[in-house]
Amino acid sequence: MLASIVHILPLTTIRRERLLPVPGRVVAKLDQKVSPVDVVAETNLGQKHLLVDVARSLGISADKADALIQCKTGERITTNQLIAQKPGLGLQVVRSPDDGRVVAVGGGQVLVEIGDSIFELRAGTPGMVTRIIPNRGVEITSNGTLVQGVWGNNRVDYGLMLMAPGLNSPVDILEAGQLDVSFRGAILLAGHCKDPHVLEVAGELPLRGLILGSISPDVLPVATQARFPIVVTDGFGLHPMNPLAYKLLITNTRREVGLNSAPYDRYSGVRPEVIIPLPVSQQLPEARNSEVFSAGQQVRICRNPNIFEIGILKDLLPGLTVFPSGLNLAAADVMLESGQKVVVPLVNLEVLG
Amino acid sequence: MPSTLIDADSIMAVDVGSCTTRATLFDVVEGNYRFIAIGQAPSTASAPFNNVEEGVVRAIDNLQEITGRTFLSTENKLIIPSQNGSGIDNLVATISAGPALKTIIVGLLNDVSLQSANRLARSTYARVVESIGVNDRRNPEEQIDSLLHLEPDLVLMAGGTDGGATSSVQKINDILGLACYLLPPDKRPSVLFAGNQAVSAEVSNSLKTLTSSFHTSPNIRPALDVEDLRPASRELADVYVQIRKNQLGGVQDLFSIAGGNLLPTAYAEGRLIRFMSKAYRSKKGLLGIDIGASASTIAAGFNGDLSLGVYPHFGLGEGLSNILRHTSLDNIVRWIPMDLPVNYVRDYIYHKSIYPNTIPATLEDMAVEQALTRQALRLAMSAINKEFPVNVKRSSPGGLPYFEPVLVSGSAITNAPTVGQGLMMILDSIQPVGITTVIFDQNHLLPAIGVAAGHSSMLPVQILESGAFQGVATVIAPVSNSQVGTPILRGRLVTKDGNETRFEIKQGTLDLIPLAVEETGRLYLEPLQHSDVGFGPGRSGDVSVNGTLLGLVIDARGRPLQLSMEDGHRQEMLKKWIWTLGG
Repeated sequence: MLASIVHILPLTTIRRERLLPVPGRVVAKLDQKVSPVDVVAETNLGQKHLLVDVARSLGISADKADALIQCKTGERITTNQLIAQKPGLGLQVVRSPDDGRVVAVGGGQVLVEIGDSIFELRAGTPGMVTRIIPNRGVEITSNGTLVQGVWGNNRVDYGLMLMAPGLNSPVDILEAGQLDVSFRGAILLAGHCKDPHVLEVAGELPLRGLILGSISPDVLPVATQARFPIVVTDGFGLHPMNPLAYKLLITNTRREVGLNSAPYDRYSGVRPEVIIPLPVSQQLPEARNSEVFSAGQQVRICRNPNIFEIGILKDLLPGLTVFPSGLNLAAADVMLESGQKVVVPLVNLEVLG
Repeated sequence: MPSTLIDADSIMAVDVGSCTTRATLFDVVEGNYRFIAIGQAPSTASAPFNNVEEGVVRAIDNLQEITGRTFLSTENKLIIPSQNGSGIDNLVATISAGPALKTIIVGLLNDVSLQSANRLARSTYARVVESIGVNDRRNPEEQIDSLLHLEPDLVLMAGGTDGGATSSVQKINDILGLACYLLPPDKRPSVLFAGNQAVSAEVSNSLKTLTSSFHTSPNIRPALDVEDLRPASRELADVYVQIRKNQLGGVQDLFSIAGGNLLPTAYAEGRLIRFMSKAYRSKKGLLGIDIGASASTIAAGFNGDLSLGVYPHFGLGEGLSNILRHTSLDNIVRWIPMDLPVNYVRDYIYHKSIYPNTIPATLEDMAVEQALTRQALRLAMSAINKEFPVNVKRSSPGGLPYFEPVLVSGSAITNAPTVGQGLMMILDSIQPVGITTVIFDQNHLLPAIGVAAGHSSMLPVQILESGAFQGVATVIAPVSNSQVGTPILRGRLVTKDGNETRFEIKQGTLDLIPLAVEETGRLYLEPLQHSDVGFGPGRSGDVSVNGTLLGLVIDARGRPLQLSMEDGHRQEMLKKWIWTLGG
């Protein structure tokens, strides 16, 4: 059976494409070293428009108006610039109501895009630009630790990762009182967040990022609006961060880490990620993207019981197994890190690789 | 053997769902089409595959293991047509995988064309994110900006009665055209125009080069007081497939191998329900229910007239957290027969949204899953009940129409731990009235038969009559205003071998009278206190009944079902009802 895969890897090669939503200009150069916040491409996303109805203003047909319009598509125009003029005894003119760029002319109308809204595409990942995708973006490659999550608030930043004070276990709850000015500009590693006020205080410091094992759905409205990236590694409700991610992150505190909290999208495969660049002496294998379940795989349990525990898949059980829920499901024996052996439905397992 | 069957071909139906891909084999056995077997595999429409092909091949491979037949070549390609006993003669396919289509409806008047366009959108896996009409107070540029910001997959354009005014449609068309023009070519939507036919050619000329694909259909509102969604609904099915061909890898190939016989799953289900409702000429409606990861689908056929509602926000997969925009947590928790903290249920909902393929392994998680199934179907049923034709026979004004039978798909119900639990979810959510047979489609055959019907008109009838479905219960649900505990129905069941069972039913109860699958009998019903079992208030009658897995289930708990506000009492009642149906 095909397995879902999530990447929680101590050392791997990470290759990511970063693309503009619409064609634009790539500003990064090949082989350029980038941090997650560096701009690699930009485009104009002017999304406000003005429709100047020349025909109606001049009281003429659309065809006649088209003949009188003096600006062209693509032309930049300024406030009060002449757009059309009707000859005759009583001179009638139509002027531009604002600065902007003409994006369409026709039907007796002129559509003007106003306000330059430059969209800057950030690298999102620390690393080296290894490919330029003309007019659209870049491919960035790096080596290091990769921890993928399940929820993110669509922000990017880079900074020193610090442990939340008094963080003793992956299920510890982050409290507002634990946050002080010494964490300003840091990326904080914590267990669980259940209080929106914590995120407000974190925003006031401000933090540069927050890595959590789990989060309460009550916090989501504030978390979504937070100006710093938040990556949740495992899920919702009071659950411990999976021990593999916790160990990897805890052993890398006081290192520079990149946070790209892009929301998880099953279809594109984009996940929120924590990337810790590390020096390597040789080429590392890239993470595998697809697998079928087999003995020896390291797996994470995604549902109760033993939720978010890590173990080794020992055996695929023949036929179907009856679970306390009453369902008969294909299952596997999993040896947990504690040494306990449990039987888990295959659909409730993710392969770590 | 009918002569037309001499050359009948084997048919494989592939269904690409959000979580599961199924390959179903139909073949001719003793002159009639039969359901042979089904193979399943996880769907691969999402990353890392982003191509449905891998899931399809694995589902067919699973079918090979089950049947011992060969359908795939050594290169894992489907052998079609069959050669030397290997392969398949015909392939048909359905698809519901992929996120719901981001849809904008465009029309003239809110309560006329826009309302009809909204109903049309509900006949497929679409999420309406914006509505633009002539009474919109925004200026044209704001409407354009909205269109640009939303980047829709689909625009449904209606408006104007046939022969009516055209200028308003043209104005709306100009706005849409400008927005499409401004969108990058790879982000332009597909557009279906289903408005005033007098401007159809003009709209087509102005939009066809500015859209991902442009489609037209007859007017969904040919006159102010006439709505006809059927032709547009058929066209919308094609538009949906076209969009999926562009979005998901492997769909184009599947479409080609299937010779174009690829339909949205919900449309195929609806087509079958419509066909059956016409073929059986029942005075009652015929109800099809399917609850899956991508959506809840309700299809009701009334003598060939179909009401189809597809509700992505009531699916049990990645969109599950959206259910909380339509209902409260308390309304979900009320269905759980045990003490669970409200936050447990809330966390479960969000958790399932990010792990949509997972399945309950514990009793508590199963209780939450079944509560969600009930509430999702309850909401979907309430929504579509308003859309049913006004002239159908109902138990009370605004009440549910009478249905016979109720066909149920969706593994949350049909593969519940016990058949009683599955039926209980239907009784609680749909709350059928009168006398109806509940049938489970445990192999999810409805869409397969629906799409295969386009290939062979005999297949649906022969499969439906072949026993491929599971008769679960004959449900008798009297409608009564009596106090709880008041006798409201007397009856007797006389089996074919002469055994007689007499019963008296009190308001507020749920009872089971076994009638085994191979048995038949006659059921005589005498409503008391003006209660109504479908013959009219206080009117007696009799019907023939066939045995089912559970037999006769008499649901006199009241319509609508009112659950106790007291937690302990309510949970006891929920447990008691489940135990009545076998636990």
